[in-house]
Amino acid sequence: MPHREVEEDVARKEAEIRSLQLEKARQLVRFIEAGDEAGANRLIEELGRMHESLLFEELGKLTRDLHEALNAFRLDSRLSEIAQTEIPDAKERLNYVVAMTEQSAHRTLNAVEESLPMVEGLCRHAEALGETWGRFRNRELSAEEFRVLSQELTAFLERSVADGESIRSNLSDVLMAQDFQDLTGQVIRKVIDLVQDVEKNLVGLVRISGERLSTPEQIKNKEQSSRDAATRGTGPAVPGTSDVSEVITGQDGVDDLLSSLGF
Amino acid sequence: MGGRTAVRVYWIKVEVSVDKNMKILIVDDFSTMRRIIKNLLRDLGYNNTSEADDGSTALPMLKNGNYDFLLTDWNMPNMPGIELLKAVRADPNLKHLPVLMVTAEAKRDQIVEAAENAVNGYIIKPFTADTLREKIEKIFERIEAGS
Repeated sequence: MPHREVEEDVARKEAEIRSLQLEKARQLVRFIEAGDEAGANRLIEELGRMHESLLFEELGKLTRDLHEALNAFRLDSRLSEIAQTEIPDAKERLNYVVAMTEQSAHRTLNAVEESLPMVEGLCRHAEALGETWGRFRNRELSAEEFRVLSQELTAFLERSVADGESIRSNLSDVLMAQDFQDLTGQVIRKVIDLVQDVEKNLVGLVRISGERLSTPEQIKNKEQSSRDAATRGTGPAVPGTSDVSEVITGQDGVDDLLSSLGF
Repeated sequence: MGGRTAVRVYWIKVEVSVDKNMKILIVDDFSTMRRIIKNLLRDLGYNNTSEADDGSTALPMLKNGNYDFLLTDWNMPNMPGIELLKAVRADPNLKHLPVLMVTAEAKRDQIVEAAENAVNGYIIKPFTADTLREKIEKIFERIEAGS
């Protein structure tokens, strides 16, 4: 029952009782004036009881409200689920994000650290060759020096092919390392959803002090939303979280499952 | 050893059969992943690629674009990949389009659901360039063998 209606109800009852009390008080005066002592005593007792019963009724109502509010709180399984599973899960998810981003950063840095000296080496080598080549063009090289230059050129070309291939492969690695953004992005979105859920439930908790929550609907909503999630997709399964329901690990697992289905 | 020889012959056939000019649509809500896949495909020799950021933008492109191959993520806003796959299979003009799912979704039920909707391949993220090449070749090898 909304708060305002409860207050109006109490006010109406109080007015009723007050008019009853007033009537009894008037009768009491009449009894005393008439000298009916027994009748007067009975009325005084009645008046006392009326006051007490009003008090008890209010107390009873308050107790009932408190009881129901506490029950609603206990029945709100979403809150306890958030506290017991999803917050620890969220921590694991964020740890997964840290681990994935760290791994990608290292992978990228390794590729860069390996490639930079190769590129620098190729540049220096080309510069040195360029200088000698310039002297050759100016006809400043002896036959012996030219033989050395020719060997150097062969070595440089071989080195260019080999280092070029290594650098290409390192750059591919840098490219693949960027997949962390997709994978961690999906996980972070999930944690954002949880934070919004917590916020909504906290607002509900605040509201509970005034009103009772309708719990059965919430439980139904929850079941519906977990069904919807499977269609929408849930993002990467994070180890150490509740993402354990029949998750296939790795490409081999998927290939095995598909071939068992006749693929 | 006869078996091994047969396999090798098969491989040679595969190398030849995949058309490098085929028109490919890459669908993923993360632009970084689309770029990665696009680059990997370019490395494999496939240059004719387009991109879409979810199923609802991909579907009209597929209907009007004469695509030969669809690579799609699962977990996307608006229209997830599984719904896109179902829509493709339900469309008389698209139902034979080869579809490769590239996704982080790894629940058994989900893979089974994709299989039930005649997905042609399923790659779990994170994946390698080799896995991508292998699955694409396998898909077209099967199509070739089936036709």
